[in-house]
Amino acid sequence: MSEQATTLTSAAAARGELAMEAISLSKDFRIGRGQTLHAVRDVSFNLYRGAVVALVGESGSGKSTAARMLAGQERMTSGAIKLDGKPVDVTGRGNFRRYKSQVQYVFQDPFASLNPVHTVRYDLERPLKLHHGRDIDMDAELVALMEQVRLTPARQFLAKYPHELSGGQRQRVSFARALAAKPSVLLADEPVSMLDVSIRLEMLNLLDDLRQRLSLAMLYITHDIASARYFADEVLVMYAGEIVERGPAEEITQQPAHPYTQLLVASAPDPDNLGSTLRRGANGTRSPGPQRTRTPERAATAGCPFSPRCPLAEDRCRQEDPTLEPITATRGAACWRLDAAAPELIPGLPGGRPTTNN
Amino acid sequence: MTANPGQAPIPVAASHLPGQDPVLEIKDLSVVYRTPGGDVRAVDKVNLDLAPGEVVGLAGESGSGKSTLVYGASRLLRAPALITSGSVTYAGRRVTKPVDMLRLRPDQLQRLRWREIAIVFQSAMNALNPVLNVRDQLLDVIHAHLRMPRDEARDRAASLLDLVGIPRSRLRSYPHELSGGMRQRVMIAMALATDPEIVIMDEPTTALDVVVQRDILAQIVELKEQLGFSIVFITHDLSLLLELADRIAVMYAGQLLEIGTAAEIHREPSHPYTKGLLNSFPSLRGPRRDLAGIPGSPPDLRDPPPGCPFLPRCAYGTSACEDVDMHLLQVATSKDPEHVTACPFVLPDTPAPQLRGARQETAGEPT
Repeated sequence: MSEQATTLTSAAAARGELAMEAISLSKDFRIGRGQTLHAVRDVSFNLYRGAVVALVGESGSGKSTAARMLAGQERMTSGAIKLDGKPVDVTGRGNFRRYKSQVQYVFQDPFASLNPVHTVRYDLERPLKLHHGRDIDMDAELVALMEQVRLTPARQFLAKYPHELSGGQRQRVSFARALAAKPSVLLADEPVSMLDVSIRLEMLNLLDDLRQRLSLAMLYITHDIASARYFADEVLVMYAGEIVERGPAEEITQQPAHPYTQLLVASAPDPDNLGSTLRRGANGTRSPGPQRTRTPERAATAGCPFSPRCPLAEDRCRQEDPTLEPITATRGAACWRLDAAAPELIPGLPGGRPTTNN
Repeated sequence: MTANPGQAPIPVAASHLPGQDPVLEIKDLSVVYRTPGGDVRAVDKVNLDLAPGEVVGLAGESGSGKSTLVYGASRLLRAPALITSGSVTYAGRRVTKPVDMLRLRPDQLQRLRWREIAIVFQSAMNALNPVLNVRDQLLDVIHAHLRMPRDEARDRAASLLDLVGIPRSRLRSYPHELSGGMRQRVMIAMALATDPEIVIMDEPTTALDVVVQRDILAQIVELKEQLGFSIVFITHDLSLLLELADRIAVMYAGQLLEIGTAAEIHREPSHPYTKGLLNSFPSLRGPRRDLAGIPGSPPDLRDPPPGCPFLPRCAYGTSACEDVDMHLLQVATSKDPEHVTACPFVLPDTPAPQLRGARQETAGEPT
């Protein structure tokens, strides 16, 4: 199952050199009564310098768990992580700290992730001291950091406490804190979802600017597939711990192949859809769109995890879990019913419809 | 830019649907927060009405006063908030004659609350009581606002869950046993427990996934059709309102800057702030374009700048905007007399959503 990484070329690969590899990552949680939750199942992807890979999925799909494993904050059940071609070892304090100077994490909630009793200066000084020692020109470094995230005048903001800052400013501090270690990989876990719509764009533009200037390899976790289209090079769609579809952002959002991706795309608010299914239709009828599928309490344990919600599911889907099969050189989907879900994409399938190989 | 010639401020209180009196009519409502640093003018002389069965969307950034407006109108604010002027006329089917919410005694208000105007709060996680199961919380609402025997109340609680699509087996579940979407559905069930005339929804889906969000919105609309209540929908996501709302009111710095039908707002946004909001969210369909968002941040409402509050962030702003009288005027280019804007200038023809960012446009001069 893990040859997906070798058969598919990442759409982000053209941007820069390989920075990080996640190889068949899996994570199981024991949830009592002998039950196991497979939070992440056999997930492989690469991050490249200067490129953004988006991990898209709903709450509980395992996207944050995957990112936490990459950050070294969660032990993996199986699989491997490589940084710059070398296997990652985070056992022991020294190793962990060295790893952290390369790989940094930005949290979702800027209201919860900054300590309310410390000033911005304290938040930024600590990572600078930890990762660069005490003999640096602290003031110059701090000002440079603040200018990187465009919090100016820097000295004024350094003295502030989180409660004196707006949501957007707090998230800028979080970015600065992550950048203090001068990482090559930035894992951003829903960095804008807690912010106002009008500020989100500014933040994404800032992240994009940082990616370019510092040639960061970025993992962007989101449930907003529209922002992934705007921001990312490659999109990985996760469902119940598995990558069900991956490919170039534009292709995935414009021509989703997997039924789940199609559901995600159909669920995104569409301002141009003024005759929306949400409003009283002109003819008074509401089309039974895919949005009416109810979320089951738990994903299927056998077969394709999406099969209980999938309008196209047949017996095979309930019995065998499909693997991620290439559609084009940069694109793949894990679905038995691609012929029905995305017939227009099928001619691109090498050798026709994928057959069982597991 | 040309000035909007010869237009006197028009009253906005006219009902949206002809022949129907508004069920809620907010007139000249002002709310301040008394702080040691001075009064924060959170809501400044706002006029808004709500027709029976209508969905009015209230859009704006955090701190624009949209929640304060609605909570002020329903008398849910406590000190240091202070309502300094205005009237809020409620005229539901169950009241004999229209009442001014702002003049009611506490006992009269108590009869109106939840029975007539119910609220779905933003964070279902915090709004539900973690130590009571779903049934007890529903019963709590029913017993507090309706006279009903116990058995009947229990039946009602169960049928409320049916209404929002939660299996009855969940009656005994506690909030932590429910998913985010289910919790929000329970909140909606609670709001509908007393068959209210108006349901205020304060960002009910902000914390949810898109798929669940769409599911819940579709359900809300379905219930509205079925039960005939009106909705005030508060959100910062204008893209959502374009699909959902009948009419949209755009709020900024305590004032309404533009009101119009969803189609009008989408087709012909008139105020630069509305244009900015429309240009703030990445679109999933259509050509991929660079977006600008709205640079800057809202003004300090303790000492609001003279004239238009959006001026410091406005791409089209000129010195004339400092003396602008903030009245809602009919949009000169629009055929719809209900489409009103606070910007007295006709902006250069800019179909905002197609632009590469409004800032790059050169602003014309007002005449």
